[in-house]
Amino acid sequence: MGLSKRIIPCLDVTGGRVVKGVNFVGLRDAGDPVEIAKRYDEQGADELTFLDITASSDERGLILKIIEDVASQVFIPLTVGGGVRAVADVRSLLNAGADKVSMNTSAVSNPDLVAEASNRFGSQCIVVAIDAKKVSENKWEVFTHGGRRQTGLDAIEWAVRMQSLGAGEILLTSMDRDGTKNGFDLELTRKVSDALDIPLIASGGVGNLAHLADGVLEGHADAVLAASIFHYGEYTVRQAKEYMATRQIEVRL
Amino acid sequence: MIAIVDYGMGNLRSVEKAVEHVSPNSKVLVTSDPGKILEADRVIFPGQGAMPDCMRELDARGLRDAVLQAARDKPFLGICIGLQMLFEFSEEGNVAGLGILRGRVKRFPADQMFDTSGEKLKVPHIGWNEVEECMSHPLWEGIEDQSRFYFVHSYYVEPEDESIVAATSRYPFRFASAVAKRNIFAVQFHPEKSQHAGLALLRNFSAWNGEFSSGEKQVRLC
Repeated sequence: MGLSKRIIPCLDVTGGRVVKGVNFVGLRDAGDPVEIAKRYDEQGADELTFLDITASSDERGLILKIIEDVASQVFIPLTVGGGVRAVADVRSLLNAGADKVSMNTSAVSNPDLVAEASNRFGSQCIVVAIDAKKVSENKWEVFTHGGRRQTGLDAIEWAVRMQSLGAGEILLTSMDRDGTKNGFDLELTRKVSDALDIPLIASGGVGNLAHLADGVLEGHADAVLAASIFHYGEYTVRQAKEYMATRQIEVRL
Repeated sequence: MIAIVDYGMGNLRSVEKAVEHVSPNSKVLVTSDPGKILEADRVIFPGQGAMPDCMRELDARGLRDAVLQAARDKPFLGICIGLQMLFEFSEEGNVAGLGILRGRVKRFPADQMFDTSGEKLKVPHIGWNEVEECMSHPLWEGIEDQSRFYFVHSYYVEPEDESIVAATSRYPFRFASAVAKRNIFAVQFHPEKSQHAGLALLRNFSAWNGEFSSGEKQVRLC
């Protein structure tokens, strides 16, 4: 027995609240990020990821308060992404209690930020998020700005470049699968993961527990991230782990 | 007072919050003041990033002597790079460590990073791995053997004296994931991020008087 594969619930946050309707039985206020984080922690989540989808800059400070509150009550790794544009943003998130910060659009517009942030704070806390879309047979391209802008960058090459600049992990989302509940893009996931020495977190498309296991067994992911299957109470994190264990995947139960 | 040594490398908020959580009646101080470290009842020596940077920053802040002194006579907990820095030498940047414990810090060798089914193992070693306790120790009190703790590292320690190994983990080979000698206990994993097991270890540390002898009563478990 050794290292386990990780399950990471993802919470979208705006205006200090979790959106996309998280629906737990017995939870009065389903939009409270601290309550939701605690619930996932109790269920055995291996880490938590918060994505700040706040558009207006005057509300951006709210995420810091949330992370501070969560970090004083939940003692598992916390990753925060969304709107990270400068080393100062990384610093303030880490100071609030984030363990890792994820960058997406800003890594493309300013790759030096990845290098600078990982030099300053260590690559263990720098995650590069990649939104990829299939553009032809065996070719996936990187998109930014929440999937609206095509970059011309090859997703596999980009992941390897981010590793060489100091990323500690890659969070890969298939835009073709995101929201479909049809499962991960396993071919993309496997190709990127196999090209990397650093861990890969697979995201986008999880609709059932078999998808999570497939991401590990066929996609070679080191960790799997999902939102809706956990938010709507379809499955608990513990059920997901118990299922993965039946597929001979090592998990922390 | 529990002092957390701050030499400007990485984020100490998580350690501070976790210790405050398990020990609400203790004063917890994140400090780069050597005087405070020497005044403290207990000292936590964390570390993130690259070991050469950590050593340089430690010296730049004039903290080496205070850390050496604390490691001689106070309950002392090293975490991650704070474990690695206790040893004599690191392959990371080929730098000397503090030399409090004999041995080296080595990188996970690329040519051995495959699991039993031939799958590639990633470096850094990130995630929850089992910690097999090799000795009974006050800091393991109430923590089930083979509990999982959260790791993030690319280098591991190889102590010269195997009798100080307090726990091992596998990736893919066995490495020392905790060491214990007299008043020093040091771990490769992050107790502050390891949920129940990690908090239990920090709680044990906040109550530990620093006494531990690896005498003949000590049973080697692995």
